Amino acid sequence: MTVLALRDVSRSFGPIEVLHGVDIALRPGRVHALIGENGAGKSTTMKIMTGYQPPSSGQVLLDGQPVSFANMGAAEDQGISMIHQEFNLAEQLTVEQNIFLGRELKRGPFLDKTAMRARTRELLDRLECRVSPDRVVSTLSNSDKQMVEIAKALLRETRVLVMDEPTAVLTRAETAILLRQVRALREAGTAVLFTSHKLDEVEEIADDLTIMRDGRVVWTGEASLMNQHAMANAMVGREMSDLFPAKVSAPGEVALEVANLSVPGFSRDVGFTLCRGEVLGVAGLIGSGRTETFEGLCGLRPATGEVRVFGQPARIDHPWQAQALGLCYLTEDRKTRGLLLGKGLRENLTLQALSRFDRGLLDTGAEERALDQAIADFDIRGHRDALVGNLSGGNQQKLLFAKTMLADPQIIVIDEPTRGIDIGTKQQMYVLIRRLAAEGRAIVVISSEMQEVIGLADRILVMRHGRITGELGADATEDAIVKLAMGVATEREPA
Amino acid sequence: MTDAAAPAAPRRIRMTVIGPILALVLLVIAGALMNPNFLGWDNVTNVLARSAFIGIIAVGMTFVITAGGLDLSVGSMAAFIAGLMILVMNSLVPSMGVGVPVILVGMAVALLAGLAAGMLNGILITRLGIEAFIVTLGSMGIYRSLVTWLADGGTLSLDFGLRSLYQPVYYGGIFGITWPIIVFAVVVVIGEIVMRSTAFGRYCAAIGSNEQVAKYSSVRVDRVRLMTYAALGLLVGIATIMYVPRLGSASSATGMLWELEAIAAVIIGGTVLKGGFGRVWGTVIGVLILTLIGNLLNLTDFVSPYLNGAIQGAIIVLAVVLQREGKAR
Repeated sequence: MTVLALRDVSRSFGPIEVLHGVDIALRPGRVHALIGENGAGKSTTMKIMTGYQPPSSGQVLLDGQPVSFANMGAAEDQGISMIHQEFNLAEQLTVEQNIFLGRELKRGPFLDKTAMRARTRELLDRLECRVSPDRVVSTLSNSDKQMVEIAKALLRETRVLVMDEPTAVLTRAETAILLRQVRALREAGTAVLFTSHKLDEVEEIADDLTIMRDGRVVWTGEASLMNQHAMANAMVGREMSDLFPAKVSAPGEVALEVANLSVPGFSRDVGFTLCRGEVLGVAGLIGSGRTETFEGLCGLRPATGEVRVFGQPARIDHPWQAQALGLCYLTEDRKTRGLLLGKGLRENLTLQALSRFDRGLLDTGAEERALDQAIADFDIRGHRDALVGNLSGGNQQKLLFAKTMLADPQIIVIDEPTRGIDIGTKQQMYVLIRRLAAEGRAIVVISSEMQEVIGLADRILVMRHGRITGELGADATEDAIVKLAMGVATEREPA
Repeated sequence: MTDAAAPAAPRRIRMTVIGPILALVLLVIAGALMNPNFLGWDNVTNVLARSAFIGIIAVGMTFVITAGGLDLSVGSMAAFIAGLMILVMNSLVPSMGVGVPVILVGMAVALLAGLAAGMLNGILITRLGIEAFIVTLGSMGIYRSLVTWLADGGTLSLDFGLRSLYQPVYYGGIFGITWPIIVFAVVVVIGEIVMRSTAFGRYCAAIGSNEQVAKYSSVRVDRVRLMTYAALGLLVGIATIMYVPRLGSASSATGMLWELEAIAAVIIGGTVLKGGFGRVWGTVIGVLILTLIGNLLNLTDFVSPYLNGAIQGAIIVLAVVLQREGKAR
């Protein structure tokens, strides 16, 4: 018994076919995970199922009957909702207004605010989300926005809920809440389809599993038949060796000394040192001030404190001053802070180090050669003339990396190096980061994925509420990090 | 999200590239059919000379808009500079006599005043972080009021002797091409090169498409922004230098609505109003289209010249609609 299915669906964009004969079936009361590398066709598959895009050939079956949704509204009327990777919220409206947008409750010609308020509270309570219905959405954190999106979907009588990487921006605790909600929906008989790059989640919650590679379904069946290792192999199509490269570090001269660094409103009295050849991990929950601290360090936000770069006292009020000292920050937010999505690869690649190509007029020939080099060095796949916004997440991340490296920084702060990218690309990023350290650069990796911090870093700082609560060695356990991040134990101060 | 599906960049902007050129060609053909004098030397140079003032300003406006800004003050800035220039030159006549040095001083005053006025706009916008719309709306009122005050509500007239000495800057030229046209052409060529092939042009487009990305890429956003306004101010000064000898006077009506014509020319030319993409040659086409419409209505009795504004307005809206189609994805 399937509620929504694709049968032999293909999809082409122009002359290029990106989905080849995909079959997938969602059953009521089951959680179906769809996994694959970036660019494997997961999003396209989801969009076809939810009426955002029509298939080029093949059928969409609803309750066994072929249907063609005129648009997403038509699919929603049939009880099929999709939550996108990028939020679909009106930023200037309140939580309540967003949840009821287009479906406002009315009493006569007037809005029934009491009823909407009550319903909003009830939905948010179910999601264990403590956000006030009056909050303007633009002031919410990413995870709260995700909860609002889910509340919106819950408001509708949803038979099929499709979620594109719902946990990518969530912390561990928030993920647990979300997974609880997914289970509740499953009990209620909803068919749930979701994608995730976090295979432990997939293993934990999925009943059915479909694995895609290069626009084809390469494996489908009961999720219990697969373990994480087998999933990764099937996604990549080859045997995955160890995810993290060996740590061969020989710390050199001190590159960066930070003392009493404070970013008003976000962090206080942060201090640490970093040597050449070292990878320093920074762990902590989302909202612990990690990003803001290092943005403050790199002149992206107002900050106070003493900073020494290669022994010299440095005053950094602007990012270009940091770059002149050899210090670069690689943002976690590649889509709105990292790359110009409406421009091509070349313009993006050279933006940060444009003076290198400036001979009065820009030397576009040299820029093109730099792009060739970057495509080769960083294994960027995609059309050379494509707009960056049309690249997959993994390729965008590689381009962002290449762009920053073109400025030849000696100290690199990398914020969430692998957010929303697939496991094959992740491994490439890890190798790259270790290689940069081996070249004698000093590296900071900020990450919410504890395995990533543990696997990459030589030393780990844990932050909580804007302060460093402890420092751990390369042999740190997830448990130790969690304790410091949650404030259960502090290692620096005596108990 | 699939890489292979990514459409190539050039295809996206094709319609907006062809649109303005097509419109200009159609206008020229229509004009030639309606009036045989239309393509005559006199009319062509007349159209180009009339385009020069707005055109020179619009080239600067292209950079401001590309970098995500806007400047509403250019029209009153031109009037103020014209008034200031005339006052300074008149006051120098008793001491320096009627001669070329006085005019050179006047020109220097115009350039400096333009640069200063543009930088003032830029500093208020970048240092104090006030919206460009608000800042330049304010300075628009200030300069307009200042020129009215300088002229005591009437007209400031250039000394009669100076006027005849200065007139060739507007009416004279070489090989039958008048100076305003030559200066316009030089400004356009330099502007096109700067926009297309220099770091400054690239930074303008980057800031206009996403200021955050530019900031995170170590671009000196404030400085680039400030420079766009300063350059525009300087160009307003140059345009005023070419304009003053035409009438030899300035009043509160000088340069009226130039800002709107300049902005309209930029948009018609395919520069994106929200910033991020600009092209100087498109702006030139935009200016020519606007001037040609007025010229055509004057040469033919097909439509009343009083409807000039309505037709120009319709074309501006049409240009933006076309722009959106080109961007649809």
